[in-house]
Amino acid sequence: MPAISIAKAPQPAATNPAQIRNFCIIAHIDHGKSTLADRMLQITEVVEARNMRAQYLDRMDIERERGITIKSQAVRLPWRSGLDGQEYILNMIDTPGHVDFTYEVSRSLAACEGAVLLVDCAQGIEAQTLANLYLAMENNLTIIPVLNKIDLPNAQPEKFAAELAGLIGCKVEDVLRVSGKTGDGVADLLDQIISQIPAPVGDPEAPARALIFDSVYDSYRGVVTYVRVVDGRISPREQIQMFSTGVKHEALEVGVISPEPLPSKGLGVGEVGYLITGVKDVRQSRVGDTITNFARPTKNPLGGYKDPKPMVFSGLFPLDGADFPVLRDALEKLQLNDAALVYEPESSAALGFGFRCGFLGLLHMEIVRERLEREAKLNLISTAPNVVYRVTMEDGKEFVVTNPSEFPDGKINSVKEPIVKSTILAPAEFIGAIMELCQERRGVLLGMDYISEDRVEIRYTLPLAEIVFDFFDQLKSRTRGYASLDYEELGDEEGNLVKVDILLQGEAVDAFSAIVHRDKAYTYGVMMTGKLRELIPRQQFEVPIQAAIGSRIIARESIRAIRKDVLAKCYGGDISRKRKLLEKQKEGKKRMKMVGRVEVPQEAFVAALATDADIAKIKAARKLES
Amino acid sequence: MLSFYVHIPYCVRRCGYCDFNTYTPAELQDGATLEIVSGDYIDAVLKELAAAPLDQVPTIFFGGGTPSLLPPKDLGRVISAIKERNGVSEDCEITLEANPDSVTQEKLDQLIAAGFNRISFGMQSSNPEVLKVLDRTHNPENVRKAVDMARAAGFSSVSVDLIYGSPGESLADWAATIKEALSLDIDHISAYALIVEEGTKLAAQIKRGEYTVPDDDLMADMYLLIDQQCLQKGLKWYELSNWSRAGHQCRHNIAYWKSDNWWGLGPGAHSHIDSKRFWNVKHPNAYKEKVFAGDSPIKDFELLTDDQRKSEYIMLALRMPEGVKKAALTVAQYERTMEYIKSGHVIEKHDSLALTPKGRLIADRLTHEMLR
Repeated sequence: MPAISIAKAPQPAATNPAQIRNFCIIAHIDHGKSTLADRMLQITEVVEARNMRAQYLDRMDIERERGITIKSQAVRLPWRSGLDGQEYILNMIDTPGHVDFTYEVSRSLAACEGAVLLVDCAQGIEAQTLANLYLAMENNLTIIPVLNKIDLPNAQPEKFAAELAGLIGCKVEDVLRVSGKTGDGVADLLDQIISQIPAPVGDPEAPARALIFDSVYDSYRGVVTYVRVVDGRISPREQIQMFSTGVKHEALEVGVISPEPLPSKGLGVGEVGYLITGVKDVRQSRVGDTITNFARPTKNPLGGYKDPKPMVFSGLFPLDGADFPVLRDALEKLQLNDAALVYEPESSAALGFGFRCGFLGLLHMEIVRERLEREAKLNLISTAPNVVYRVTMEDGKEFVVTNPSEFPDGKINSVKEPIVKSTILAPAEFIGAIMELCQERRGVLLGMDYISEDRVEIRYTLPLAEIVFDFFDQLKSRTRGYASLDYEELGDEEGNLVKVDILLQGEAVDAFSAIVHRDKAYTYGVMMTGKLRELIPRQQFEVPIQAAIGSRIIARESIRAIRKDVLAKCYGGDISRKRKLLEKQKEGKKRMKMVGRVEVPQEAFVAALATDADIAKIKAARKLES
Repeated sequence: MLSFYVHIPYCVRRCGYCDFNTYTPAELQDGATLEIVSGDYIDAVLKELAAAPLDQVPTIFFGGGTPSLLPPKDLGRVISAIKERNGVSEDCEITLEANPDSVTQEKLDQLIAAGFNRISFGMQSSNPEVLKVLDRTHNPENVRKAVDMARAAGFSSVSVDLIYGSPGESLADWAATIKEALSLDIDHISAYALIVEEGTKLAAQIKRGEYTVPDDDLMADMYLLIDQQCLQKGLKWYELSNWSRAGHQCRHNIAYWKSDNWWGLGPGAHSHIDSKRFWNVKHPNAYKEKVFAGDSPIKDFELLTDDQRKSEYIMLALRMPEGVKKAALTVAQYERTMEYIKSGHVIEKHDSLALTPKGRLIADRLTHEMLR
C-alpha cells in the first residue's frame, strides 16, 4: 500500500518543500467532493476504517445535511507515489462552493499550487464551478480535470470529458475518471496530483509570511486560524503579528490537521496548518490577511486582502417578541465565527424589535437564519432581502440605504444600485426561457457561447436586486433544474428606482416598503395589497389597503367590514367551552399588532412576507408533525 | 330550584353534520332490541338521579340524540321519578326534542300522558336539496303533520329547529324555509347557522371539495332575514338564535343563559350548581358501567372564579335582548363599546347595553372586545 503511517511520514516543520503538494478541489454542490475527500482520507489511512463516517470533513450539521461546505479546512495526507516510489505530503484544502463565498474561495486557491476540477459525469460543469475554475486559472494553478461518479448508470464520461478538455485546453485523454463512491481511480488521482502540481517555493530564511485562508471560532479553543506558510516559518510560543491591523498575538499552538488537530513544532515553507492565539473573534484573524513574525516582520504582505462586504440586507425578527435578547446573543455568538455578518438593531411597527443584518448573499443569509433558528432554537421572520442603494438628492446630499423604510423623502436626483455580471450554464434547449427571464429582470445580454455541442454559457449584466428577488428559484423552475448561475460584482449603476409603501388605513407598514424599478412598482403594489387583503381579518370597519409611491396611490384593495362573528349555539356544555375559547383568544390578543386602528395578527404579516420556499418549508414541517 | 336536562344518546342514524354525543343503538349493544337498550339506559339515568340535589324543579328538557326514539313509557319513568323525588313547580315546562319522522298521533298522546307539555321538532329546512346535504332523512311534508298532531295531542308549546347556511343554500331557498316554518301552527323557532364541525361527514365532504360553505356575508343576510320575518309574524327574539310568541320562550334554555342551577343526566351531560360546573363521562357504555357499579359518572369539574363568572355573564347576557347591565362593566369595558355604539352594533339603554341585529351577528367579537 502506498499509504505511509503518520509517525513515519515527513514531520511538519521538517518537510522539504519539494515533497509537498498543496491542492484544492473545485466542485459544485452534489458533485461528490466530500465523498471523494472521504476516499482520500481512507486510502491514505489518516482515518482508521473503524472511525470513518460519511462527509468526514464537514463539521457543521448544516454542512452535512445540505451537502455544502460553508467553511474550508485543510488536511495533511502522507502518500507514497505509485509512480516514483517517493514519500510526499499532500495538503488538501477544502473550498466552499458557492458564489456568496467567492472571496473565501479565492483565498483558498491562493494557498494552493494546483486544483482538482471535479465534475459529475452525469451532469457536466456548473456555472459556479466554471467561475471558480476561471479564478484558479487566473491564479496560475495547475488544473487536473476529473470526472466523478463514473459508476453511475447515466454517466456520460465521453461527452463531459470533451467539455472539460475544451474549457481548460487539455486532451480528452488527460481527463481522469474516478468514483468517490467505490474508490476507483482515487490512488491514481493522488499520484497525478504529485506528478502534475508543482511543489511550493519559498524562502525559509525570509521574514515569515503566512496567508490566512480560513478562520473558525471554536468554543473551547477560541479562534482557530488556518494558514499556508509562504516564506519563513511559524513556531509555537512565538509572537506573531497580523499585517492589516498590526495587532500582536502569541502563537499558543501550531499544528496540522490530520484530520484531527495535531500540534507540531511549527510550520515551514509551503506547509499548511493551523494556529491558535487565544483570540475570541474571527474578525481579529481575518481571511486574506498576512501573518508575520512580530520580532522580524515582513514589509510585503501577500496580495489580495479585502474586507468582507455585505451585499444583501434583511431584517430578522423573533416571532415571539420576548426572544429579542436571545436573538441578540445568538447573533453576537455567530459573529465570532463569521466575519462577513453585520447587524444593527431595528424596530418595526409591524414586527417589533429585531436586527437589520447584512450578508454576502442569499445563501449566506439562509445559512445564518438557519443556524440562528437551529442553534438558538429561535423562530424568526425575515423581511424581503434588499441590496444597498446610493441615493443622491437634488441638493447634493447622499444617502446609503440598506433598509427601504430609510429611503429618503423629498426631491431625489438619482438612485444607484449594484450591478453584477452573471454567467448561466444550461442545456441549449433553455436559451429562450433564460433570455426571457433575464429580460424580465432588466438584464443586458453580454454574450453567449457553446461550451459543448448542446450546452451554452450565457452572460448577462443584471441588477443584483433582481437576483436577490427569487431569480434563482425562477431560473431553476424554468429550466427544470438544469441551469446553474454565478455572478460577480460590476459596480453601481443608476436605475429608475422608486420606493413603494404599503398603507393600511393610511398608515405605512414599514415591513412591506420596497425599493423597486418604476415599471414594476404597480405589480408589486397589486401583489402586496392583494396578499394582505386575503390575510388580514375583517374588522368592524372597512379597511383600505393601498400601495403608494410618495403620495401617489398606485394600487388599492379594501377589506370589507366584518358582518358575522358569532357562534349560533350556546347551551349547557357550550358555555364553558365558549368561555375557555374566550380566555384563549385573550392570550392571542397579545400577539395582535395595531397599525393605527387596524388589528393585525402577527401571522398575517409573517405569511405576507413568506416566500414560496418558506411556505413549502412550513408545509413540510406540518406534514412531519401530522 | 333545579332544572334537569336528560340526554338521550341514541339516533336511528347519525346525520352528516352532527358531532353530538349520540350513537345508533346497534353501535352500543349488538343484537339487543331498542326496548332492552332503552330500559337499561333509563335504569342508569334513574340511578344517577339519586345523586342530584332535592330542590323543586321548574323545567325538564329531554335532548339528544333523538329522545323521541325511546318508548314514551321509558321517558315517563324519568319524569315520574323527578316529580316524586324533587317535586315540580305547577307550571313546570317539560320539553321533548323530536324527529318529525319518529312521531305518530298515538305516540304523541302517550307523551302527553307521560307528562310532556312542550315539543321541539327538528325541521332544519323545507328544501329537499338542503336536507340531502345535511344528510337528514325526514320528508319535509312530515313536519306539518307532526306539528298538527302535536297540537291535537295537547302540547301547549310547539317549536321547530332550523339550520341555515348549508352548502348550496341560497337566500331564496332560506326565505322559502322561513315562510314554510312561519305558516305552521308553532309558537317558537330556533335557527342556527350551520357549523361545520371537525370530524363530521360533512367536514370531510367539504375538504374533498364536494361542497363549498356559504360565505359570512350570505350567512349574515340569512340571519337578518329570519329575524325580520319572525318579528313580522309576532315572534320576538329572546336569545340570539331563538324567537317566540309572548309567554312561549323556552324557560329551560333561559336557565342556562341566566346561570341558574341545572343538572344534566346521562353520558356527556353538563351540570351547573352554584359556582361549579361538572360533566359526565362521554360514552354511554362507560357511563352505564360507572353508574351500575355505584360510582359517580362525573368525569371532571371546574370551580368558577369571580372573573370567570363575570366573563360568562357578559358572554351570555349579550345574547339576550336585556343586554349587559352597565353596572357590571368596568369603565374601560364600557368605553371600549363606545366605538360599537357609533358604528350601530350596540344600543345604549338606560342601565344596560344591548345588541342591534347587526351587532348580534358579531356578538362573539363584542364579548371578546369587552373582556380583553
